[in-house]
Amino acid sequence: MKNLLKKFLKQFSNNVLLFTLISILLGLFIGAIVLLAAGFNPILAYSTIITGIFGKWKYISYTIIRATPLILTGLSITFAFRTGLFNIGAEGQYIVGSIGAAAAGYFFHLPMFIHIPIIILSALIAAGLWGGLAGFLKAKFGVHEVISTIMLNWIALYLQNLLVYTEGFQKPGGETSYDIQPTGIITLLNEWKLSEAGRAWFADHPILFDLFKTPVNFGFIIAIIVALVVWFTLRHTTLGYKLRAVGFNKNAAEYGGINVNKNMIISMSIAGGLAGLAGAVQVMGVSHNISLLAAMEGYGFDGIAVSLIGNNTAGGCVFAGLLFGALKYGGQKIQPAIGAPSEIVNIVIGTIVFFIAIPKLISLLIKIFRKKDNRNVR
Amino acid sequence: MKRTGQKVVDMRNITKKFGAFTANDNITLTVYKGEVHALLGENGAGKSTMMNILYGLYSATSGEIYIKEKKCNIESPNDAIANGIGMVHQHFMLVKPFTVMQNIILGMEPRTKFGTIDLKKAEQDVISISEKYGLIVDPHAKIQDITVGMEQRVEILKALYRGAEILILDEPTAVLTPQEITELMQILKNLTSEGKTIILISHKLKEIKEAADYCTIIRRGKQIDTVKVSDVTESELASKMVGREVSFKVDKKPKIPGETMLKIEALEVLDNREIITVNKLSLEVKAGEILGIAGIDGNGQSEFVEALTGLRKVKSGKIFMKGKDITNKTPREIFDHKISSIPEDRQKYGLVLDFNVAENFILENHADEPFAKSGILQHSRIFQHSENLIEKFDVRPKNSFKSARSLSGGNQQKVIIAREVTNDPELLIAVQPTRGLDVGAIEYVHSALVHQRDINKAVLLISLELDEVMNVADRIAVIYEGKIVDIFDAQNADMNQIGLMMAGGKS
Ligand SMILES: Nc1ncnc2c1ncn2[C@@H]1O[C@H](COP(=O)(O)OP(=O)(O)OP(=O)(O)O)[C@@H](O)[C@H]1O
Ligand SMILES: [Mg+2]
Repeated sequence: MKNLLKKFLKQFSNNVLLFTLISILLGLFIGAIVLLAAGFNPILAYSTIITGIFGKWKYISYTIIRATPLILTGLSITFAFRTGLFNIGAEGQYIVGSIGAAAAGYFFHLPMFIHIPIIILSALIAAGLWGGLAGFLKAKFGVHEVISTIMLNWIALYLQNLLVYTEGFQKPGGETSYDIQPTGIITLLNEWKLSEAGRAWFADHPILFDLFKTPVNFGFIIAIIVALVVWFTLRHTTLGYKLRAVGFNKNAAEYGGINVNKNMIISMSIAGGLAGLAGAVQVMGVSHNISLLAAMEGYGFDGIAVSLIGNNTAGGCVFAGLLFGALKYGGQKIQPAIGAPSEIVNIVIGTIVFFIAIPKLISLLIKIFRKKDNRNVR
Repeated sequence: MKRTGQKVVDMRNITKKFGAFTANDNITLTVYKGEVHALLGENGAGKSTMMNILYGLYSATSGEIYIKEKKCNIESPNDAIANGIGMVHQHFMLVKPFTVMQNIILGMEPRTKFGTIDLKKAEQDVISISEKYGLIVDPHAKIQDITVGMEQRVEILKALYRGAEILILDEPTAVLTPQEITELMQILKNLTSEGKTIILISHKLKEIKEAADYCTIIRRGKQIDTVKVSDVTESELASKMVGREVSFKVDKKPKIPGETMLKIEALEVLDNREIITVNKLSLEVKAGEILGIAGIDGNGQSEFVEALTGLRKVKSGKIFMKGKDITNKTPREIFDHKISSIPEDRQKYGLVLDFNVAENFILENHADEPFAKSGILQHSRIFQHSENLIEKFDVRPKNSFKSARSLSGGNQQKVIIAREVTNDPELLIAVQPTRGLDVGAIEYVHSALVHQRDINKAVLLISLELDEVMNVADRIAVIYEGKIVDIFDAQNADMNQIGLMMAGGKS
């Protein structure tokens, strides 16, 4: 097991890591220029972000909460990408997953140890079918997955809005569904920390109190486990072998007897399930219900960036998700603190993605620094 | 040995390392204006690497390049083109959905005075070059619809269109028919008489003897010799290249074939443009024989094989394997009938280039024991298997973890052959199995095919090289316009007659 973990971490620790780090630094650097141009002190802004992330236990736990769904949607995109598919639909699959979780969480009354798996399962199935549908459309009719998943995203959004207003599911007077049953909640010590005994205990343990003030939950652990499963599946199973073969070279895969269409559907289903899991974790751990959506929440789209920054590897997604969560969470704080717009953080993230997407530029920079190269052309 | 004139290419003390591996070890290559200079070496000797350095695709670890006696820093193909260097790669680099003409003018499009592409002029230019050198192409065909042989002509035209004065041809004849090769040799002569200089990579000693003036021999990254071609014999060249004596004859004992394995009845197959390309083709292959199909490129061979292997739908007709109907079955089902094949386009169909060698060895068997147990890959068994095959089939370098992409062309082919032969098929279909291989490797592949036959398996060999078919096959079927026009016993076959029939002449 330890060995596996080591290998799991290793996949992210080669030249690619250097690329990524340079891209991140460049992103921060350009963000600094933008701040400077807008008349703000970049050092002050960045130190605000850093204290905003690490300054208190509470912040760290918020960062992790923010990162959790991003890791999962990142894994979703990674998984599809390794099969040569571009899953723009993580957003919609996330929504469908959270609908499945909210419904199973509210309508079923079960003991906790069954209820939680049932909620997760129904999110997986709902979102898996949602993703699989795009795979099916591609396999059967040649509809490009980018097109179909974009449309499925909107269908999912309006489906959620419809359901939130459906009697029997809508919380009276609110724009949300009913909360899921307490047996489905994975927020740590959700009720106990508000009880008399809990409050008394926490009064003596200020650090833990700080940490648990937030809706900290099991989701992060789930995300890590899922990342390991994704990595294991891709590297160590015959399914992963097939999917990667299809992703790298459809023709050779078909020639070798691999059913390309079937594997595209499988891949999209699994990718859908992973994004749906993000939705489930969010419902079970943070929101406990689903609410009216005025617009996409963006977890799925951010997942694309996470996957890219994580070099389309499972291990990479965990780190990239944390980085992304941290920047997003810490970034909010520069507005109240120094008045700089928190959108700066989006510029930083955008720049990072931009540089990662054009590795040629970075390899040029690396080349200038050490004058040897081994490009992989023949 | 004294040569005169301008040194157009002078690569001095070139060393290229890939990590710890040295692909070129202190090689010096001097080419004079107007000569055809051959680069000869086994698969993986470092020929393509050397030329990729000259063309700016790789940068040398050390060494200097002088072009027309001026020191040059060639950092990219653009620099190379600016220095008058053009290259036709071993594996073509064309934009598939584009037409022939679009590919040729790509990046150098002639403009009208309004700044749009001057299509008229482009077409004229392309046609005039293509006629000048006898490289006939259909300028409006899409690359994805034309044969490999055609693709190569497009590549050559592309380099000429860019005004190349020094033309690097990486194994140009590997995909050509005998007639086309003769034509190419004529083209090379035309080019040099106009003062162009040619660097020719080839394994084919006959061609080097015929076309080249000088020859530099590399073995495992080291320069062995540079010789004047007229001073040496073919077998001298061969032994310099391989480092031992090689036999050119295929060793084959007579054998009586067994029962019919593959039976094809009036097969009709359409090509990508929906034209009937395989036209009522009937054929039988027996156990313990090698049936060779001889024919010129584009006479339906590719479509025929694709239909046989399940990649292309059969329009009408039937295919039987050991009496069982396998018409329009999936590749997997056909594989399960113990049919294996060595595909024509090794990079497109044969290999997953981004997989490592070990992963490529299990393409068909990855889900079977011992490589997988209940869906989990058994990496140690896969590795063992790979090391065995690498050893047995002499894949170089001996490294299971190298990506297939980083292997030389010949070694990529060895990987495929190793995999397919190891599947222990009842019928082995080999399409152009020695394309791009050196004499040592060809010797190996041929003996592998003959071995299959000797252990009473059926072998279907499809090759554009008549020499190969004549040498290896027991029976020779001539294909022309999608039909088998005649079948001969190899012993009493007449090469001239077959050549004539391949070109559509009557027997
Ligand atoms: N990008 C690369 N990374 C690592 N090794 C490489 C790379 N390119 C080539 N090599 C290695 O360098 C050696 C020489 O390869 P090269 O392609 O030059 O051979 P070649 O002489 O052209 O052979 P062939 O006749 O088979 O085409 C091979 O062992 C190959 O595996
Ligand atoms: Mg080569």
